[in-house]
Amino acid sequence: MKRRDFFAVMGGGVVVMLADDDIYAQETGGRGRARAVPQELNAWLHIGETGLVTVYSGKVEVGQNARTSLTQAVAEELHTPVASISMVMADTDLTPYDNGTVGSQTTPQMWPVIRRAAAAARETLIDLASQKWMVERASIRIEGGKVAAGSHSAGFGELTNGQKLTRTIAATVALAPAAEWKVAGTSVAKVNGREIVTGAHKYTYDTKLPGMLYGKVLYPPSFGATLVSLESSAAEALPGVKVVRDGDFVGVTAPDPFTAEQAVAALKAEWKPVVAEASSKDVYSYFKKNSRDASDGAGLTAYTVAYIAHVPLEPRSALAQWKDDSLTVWTGSQRPFGVRGELAQHFNIAEEEIRVIVPDTGSGYGGKHNGEAAYEAARLSKAAGKPVKRNWTREEEMTWAYFRPGGLIEVGGKLNPDGTLAEWEFHNYNSGPSALQTPYDVARKKEQLHQTKTPLRQGSYRGLAGTANHFVRESYMDELAQAARIDPLEFRLRNASEPRLRAVLQAAADKFGWKNRKKTPGRGFGISVGKEKGSYVSNCAEVSVINGAVKVIRVVEAFECGAVVNPEHLKNQVEGAVAMGIGGALFEQIDFAGNQILTNRLSRYRVPRFADMPVIESVLLDRKDLASAGAGETPIMGLAPAIGNAIFDATGQRLRSLPMAPGKLTGGSTPIPPAE
Amino acid sequence: MTMARVTELNINGANLRLDADSSRTLLSVLRGDLDLTGTKYGCGEGQCAACTVLIDGTPTKSCLTKVGTVAGKRIVTIEGLAPAGKLHPVQEAFLEADAMQCGWCTPGMILGAVGLLQGTPHPTEADIVSGMNGHICRCGTYSRVVQAIQAAAKKAVRA
Repeated sequence: MKRRDFFAVMGGGVVVMLADDDIYAQETGGRGRARAVPQELNAWLHIGETGLVTVYSGKVEVGQNARTSLTQAVAEELHTPVASISMVMADTDLTPYDNGTVGSQTTPQMWPVIRRAAAAARETLIDLASQKWMVERASIRIEGGKVAAGSHSAGFGELTNGQKLTRTIAATVALAPAAEWKVAGTSVAKVNGREIVTGAHKYTYDTKLPGMLYGKVLYPPSFGATLVSLESSAAEALPGVKVVRDGDFVGVTAPDPFTAEQAVAALKAEWKPVVAEASSKDVYSYFKKNSRDASDGAGLTAYTVAYIAHVPLEPRSALAQWKDDSLTVWTGSQRPFGVRGELAQHFNIAEEEIRVIVPDTGSGYGGKHNGEAAYEAARLSKAAGKPVKRNWTREEEMTWAYFRPGGLIEVGGKLNPDGTLAEWEFHNYNSGPSALQTPYDVARKKEQLHQTKTPLRQGSYRGLAGTANHFVRESYMDELAQAARIDPLEFRLRNASEPRLRAVLQAAADKFGWKNRKKTPGRGFGISVGKEKGSYVSNCAEVSVINGAVKVIRVVEAFECGAVVNPEHLKNQVEGAVAMGIGGALFEQIDFAGNQILTNRLSRYRVPRFADMPVIESVLLDRKDLASAGAGETPIMGLAPAIGNAIFDATGQRLRSLPMAPGKLTGGSTPIPPAE
Repeated sequence: MTMARVTELNINGANLRLDADSSRTLLSVLRGDLDLTGTKYGCGEGQCAACTVLIDGTPTKSCLTKVGTVAGKRIVTIEGLAPAGKLHPVQEAFLEADAMQCGWCTPGMILGAVGLLQGTPHPTEADIVSGMNGHICRCGTYSRVVQAIQAAAKKAVRA
C-alpha cells in the first residue's frame, strides 16, 4: 500500500504528521549498512473521533517494553490516559521508515520524535478549541484526555466536527522537562501484559492464514556444502507435498508440519562439503593469522571470548502470502524495513510491493536482524501459490542464525609510580568496536580493532563487543591494581575523572559494601565499571568457588542512562541483563568443528536457569537533567569482569577466557545441573 | 496397520473433538489442530518448559507427551486458567511483579507455578528454585518469577 492511500483510508479526526529530519540525521549513518533516513515524515499519529489516539512507529517490541515506553511518551505530551493510546508498531505499510530496533536507540531516537508528535497534536487540539470556542489559547487546558476552557469542555474527537484535519508540523514544539514529567518517568505497567499472561498474544510463530501450507527447508549437513544431486520422488509421493529446488535451496510445502517433516526426511540429497578453516579449538590463532595488520603481541596479555548464541526463546518464524506480485510477510525481526529490502532484492520487485509486519516478538537480543525465515516462507509460498508458514526449530535457530562474534584481545598497560595509567594498549581481533576505547584517563594509548576472517556467520548481540571489551579491559585493570597492590575500587577512582563514570562506580560500591567486605575461604569479590551508548554501568559481584565450582552469590549493578523513563521496566532490564550475562560469563560457548555446530540444541548448550541466579540488586541513578539513553544493552557489559575479578579474589587464578567455567579452574569443574 | 487415532481430548473443562495420530506430540495437536497457541514451543526436547501444560493437575512438558497418552485426562492450558476473563491469582501475581519481558516463556512459567503451588502451597525460595529450574526465561526475569510465586502463595493464604 502506498503511503498516500494509507492516509486516505484513515478515519475522521486529526492526523498530525511530524516533519523532522534533524534527529535522525544526527543519530544514524556511521555504522555498517545503516542508511540515511529519507527526507520524509518520521512520525504520525491519529486522534479518532472517539478520542482514541493511534500512534505509528517502525520500532519493534521484543520484550524491552518499547510499546509501553512509547505509549508513556504520548501520554506525557498529549495529556491523555495511557489506556486511550494504541501503538501500531513495525508494519512497513503503516509506520514511518525505521532503521531497526537496534543499538539501544528507541529511547534516545524514537522517544523524542514520538513526544514531539504528541506535543504537536496537543497544540493542534488547542488551536481547534481556540477557534471553535473563540477563546484565547492560553486559557485552554488539556488534561485526562479532555480539552477545557472556562465552561467549555470536549473530548479530543469532538473538536473536529466529523471533519478530517491533517496537519504537518515542524518539530520545534517544546517538550516537558523531565523534572515535570507526570507519566513518563513512572512505572507504567506493561501495556499488553494481560495478553501475555493469558496466552492471548499472537506471536509470529502462532499466526495462521486460511488455507496455508507449512514449509520446511533441507539444509546442508555442513556450512558451505553445495548440492550435487537430489532425489525427491519419495517426498513428492506424500499427500499434498510439493518440493521446491532452486540452486542449493531445497524446501518443501505440506498441509501440516508433521507431513512437512516427513517430506524433508524422505529427500535424498548428495552434498559436496568444503574443508573447514577453523574449529572452536583453534579459532583464536585463526583470527590473528588472518588479520593483515596483526600486532606482534610482545609484552601483551591475551584474552579470548567464545562465540555464543542468542537463543531467543521464540525461534525465527515467518508467514508469507502473495497476491499477484505483491507480498505480505509476518515475521519476528528487529528490522522490518531491512527485511523488506532483502525480500525486494531476492524477488526483484519494488519495496512498495512488499509489506512486512512484525508482531510483538519473543525476544531478539540483537539476534534477529535479518529475514532468513521471511525469505524461506516467501520463496515456498511463491512456488506453492498459497500462504506458507515457516517456523524454525531450536536446532535450526542454533545452527543457521548468526552468532555473537568470538574474539582474541591483547592488552597491555603501564603505571606511573602514583598508580595512574601511563600507557594503554588494546588490540581486538574480530569482536568488534563497541566500547573499545577506555573510559579511563591515559595520555599514551593505542586501541585498535583488527579486521580478520570469521569461520562462523556472526552479527549483532546485546551490547555487541561491549561485553568482550569490558571483560578484557576491566579484568586487566584488576591485574594492574593487583600488581600495584592498590584496592581495585581505589585504583579505578584514581584513573577515572569523568563524573558519571565515578558516580556509578561509587554507587555500586556503596550499595555492595565494598569497603567493608570480609574475605572468607572460597569467597571472593570483584568490581567493574564502564560506559557505552550514552549510559554508565558498574557491577560488584560476590562469588563462591568450591572444588572449582563457581557460584555467583550476589551482584550489585549501578546503572545510569540519563532521565529514567520507566523505573520498574529499567530495573527489569538491568536484572535481566545480569541474568543473561551470567551465561556468557560462566558457561555459554558455541563448539564447532568440520563446519558444523556441535552445541546446536539446549541439551548441549547451557543457558542460565533459576538455580544460577545470584541475589541481584540494582541502583538506578536518575539524572533528570540529562536526555534519556537506551538501556537494553549496556547493563550486560560489566558483569563478566566483575565475576572474573571475584574469582581471582577467591582463588588467585586469573581466568582470561569467556566463558570462565567449567573446567578452567584447577581442582574441579563446574558441574552442569541436569534440566528437570 | 491402521494408526491409532485420538478423537477426543478434555481440555480446559470441555471435551473437544479432533482426529490426530496418537503418536504426535500434545504440543503439536494443541497448537496445530486446536489453535491453542498460548502453549509455546521452545526446544522440542524438554529443556525449556515453555510448552508446559497441566495434566490431571501436574505440570507436564507437552513437547515430550504423546497425545495418545493423555486421552481421558484433564488437560489445562494457559487459555483455561482465566475462565470468564477473571485472572488466576498466579497470573495476577506475574503482572504485579512484572515477571516477564518478551513473554514467550510466561504461559509455561505460570502453569508450572500453578502446579508447584498445588503440591507445595507454602514454598520456600529453595522450593521455587528447584521446582521451576526446568523453565528457561532467556530475558532473565527469574528473580521476578520467584517473587510472583511467593506473592501468589501469600494471596492464596489470605483468600
